[in-house]
Amino acid sequence: MLETIWFMLWGVLWAVYFTLDGFDLGLGTIMPFITRNEVERRTVYNAAGPFWDGNEVWLLTAGGVTFAAFPGTYAVMFSSLYSALFLLLFAIILRGVSFEFRSKVDSAAWRSLWDKLHFLGSFLPALLLGVAFANIFQGIPFDQAGVYHGTLFTLLNPYGLAGGVLFTLLFVHHGAIWLAIKSSGELSERARSLAIKIWPALVIVAVLFLVWTAFATQLYANYLKSPLLFVVPLAAVAGLVLVRPAVGANRMWRAFAYSALLIVGVTFFGVIGLFPALLPSSLNPGWSMTIMNSASSPLTLKIMLTVALIFVPIVIAYQAWVYKTFSHKITQADLDYEEAY
Amino acid sequence: MDVLFLSRLQFAAATMFHFIFVPLTLGLSVLVAIMETRWVQTGDETYKRMAKFWGKLFLINFALGVVTGITLEFQFGTNWSRYSAYVGDIFGSLLAIEATAAFFLESTFIGVWVFGWERLSPKMHAVSIWLVAGASNLSAIWILLANGWMQNPVGFEIRGGRAELTDFLAVVTNPFGWQQFIHTVSGSFVVAGFFVTGISAWHLLRGSNTDFFGRSFRIGVKAALAASLIVAIQGHFHGNEVAQVQPAKLAAMESHWETQANAPMHLLVIPDEANEGNAVQMFEIPSMLSILAYNSASAEVKGLKDWPEEERPPVAITFWSFRIMVGLGVLFILMAGAAWIYRDRAQQAPGLLLRTLVWFIPLPYLALQAGWVVAEVGRQPWIVYGIMKTKDAVSPIAVSQVGTSLVALVLLYLLLGALDIFLLAKYARKGPQ
Repeated sequence: MLETIWFMLWGVLWAVYFTLDGFDLGLGTIMPFITRNEVERRTVYNAAGPFWDGNEVWLLTAGGVTFAAFPGTYAVMFSSLYSALFLLLFAIILRGVSFEFRSKVDSAAWRSLWDKLHFLGSFLPALLLGVAFANIFQGIPFDQAGVYHGTLFTLLNPYGLAGGVLFTLLFVHHGAIWLAIKSSGELSERARSLAIKIWPALVIVAVLFLVWTAFATQLYANYLKSPLLFVVPLAAVAGLVLVRPAVGANRMWRAFAYSALLIVGVTFFGVIGLFPALLPSSLNPGWSMTIMNSASSPLTLKIMLTVALIFVPIVIAYQAWVYKTFSHKITQADLDYEEAY
Repeated sequence: MDVLFLSRLQFAAATMFHFIFVPLTLGLSVLVAIMETRWVQTGDETYKRMAKFWGKLFLINFALGVVTGITLEFQFGTNWSRYSAYVGDIFGSLLAIEATAAFFLESTFIGVWVFGWERLSPKMHAVSIWLVAGASNLSAIWILLANGWMQNPVGFEIRGGRAELTDFLAVVTNPFGWQQFIHTVSGSFVVAGFFVTGISAWHLLRGSNTDFFGRSFRIGVKAALAASLIVAIQGHFHGNEVAQVQPAKLAAMESHWETQANAPMHLLVIPDEANEGNAVQMFEIPSMLSILAYNSASAEVKGLKDWPEEERPPVAITFWSFRIMVGLGVLFILMAGAAWIYRDRAQQAPGLLLRTLVWFIPLPYLALQAGWVVAEVGRQPWIVYGIMKTKDAVSPIAVSQVGTSLVALVLLYLLLGALDIFLLAKYARKGPQ
């Protein structure tokens, strides 16, 4: 029971992480293509400004919870995905530093360098997270002792790459909507227009991925056993369908909510499909890491649950307050503000 | 050149690099919060300018502290998967609590502080930096309880081939962890205190913004002196704890080879590990080691020869790091004391003192790194003292993977570190707006 509760919480953490950091990774990915001048670039940085660091902690918490609740899985997952994780790490490091360092030297060459690193630090995590999760859904080649029998390139298989493309499109779409919300004038229009243009690609890749998942993974087994669960991928589809008219009608906060629904739906589609496995082994399903064979002791799970039930609502409350406090459109005054990025 | 050796190097590099930025974050966050609070209380604009100036340096430093911390969370799983599976029940939970209770607060409210000067009331804005300061120091508690558990494992049982939690209260009240916490945090205030004092001294030498930097000097010096005294005094009690639960580490710290009661301390020692003794051992203080370790002259202090060679920590590294740390610790008290004399008239302090304070800035960093070398190298060959050896903890991965990540990580860190120092120096020299 405790293991199942923790499995669901684990899913929630990833869903929230993708919904929040998804938009600022998306912002960083679209920045080189959507901005025409320095004012617009700074607007993009400042659109993520008050939020990105708090958003990123959901990743640390998802990882930390994997360690705390399912240490056996954490051990196999992180050592197997070694190279991909280090690439992800370097990208995240560069992105974080780029926010702080970019405006610190008054030189166009300096800013341009950090803009490139910011792009890499936003695009690569989107891609790698998608690749990683698709591979987790598919199963990766590790043995009974948890030893991985592959390389980084093992992960770059077609289904894995499809996952990477899906996540990238999801985050680009999500980030474009956020930019339309936070900016005004031409930049906002360009962002909204990008969300409209990318939507067909997103639909194609999403449908492709949903179908491919039936062949590449065992995810649908749970859904076929309990058809009521289909409400989850249906919620994702609903988000995907409803976002387009919202963007078209320039109801951008509503569009953001539907985009969030889509991302949460996709995440839970995968997580529920995985259950009770956390990391399937493609060498032998019997060697998979599951909630039963990799969980912490009941005492630990109980204590951690208490901690989570106390703190996660508090975190959501104060993060919501921050979003409310900084929900305004970015103006020249915001860019002239002494501490702006 | 095997996976174990490279993984150890990588973990040491990643942790030591992270720990360049953490102490300044812990200490300076509080000093900036104090400055901003003074502004809110008095309305004196100089304090606001101080909070913004020192806050700018804080942020340049904070950025690297955050990103280098992510490396560590990943690294337990990537390079030390056997360790993670074995102790995750206890160690993993402490890290998860650190993230939920502290990291969220710190990272969320730093954004509020940076962007909210004009959006929040002065009081609320000051609250946000106090939340950042409180949260970062709170996170230190959890990670040090985690490390404390590695040093002095409590509240667990070995079941089903792994360590399982049996007593959470024991884990969170582990005296070793709390001693480490107090020692680390006070050490961090030494770093922050001398950082502020040293940069202020640089400006005072040039007569720039003398009121601004005079006030900053006073705040820095108070922090440096109080912290230097606390870290030294409490360090003694921390040493008692080490002597109690990690006698092999204590023996290595002092290069003490022969078990004896009334164990003396020698002021000048040069260890000779190969010959299980000391090449040089001069200026004896009778019974001093027994007194320092156990607060009793007749206490027996175990010598390194009591343990088989493979269960002794590396002596030379542990010994020299300890001596460097303590030597610097004494110097900090003297230096802070000298600066304290001029706390209310820093502009009139002798040029030699001010110049020395500028060059002094890196020394607390050195002392803190040396302290961690003692803590971690002195714990070897154990990754969890008495329970799991480091060599049994490493991930079953390919050497090429670790070799690549190690080189890439070191290069990236060197580059970012150099940039960080460059930017800190640039903005420190520029002075307030």
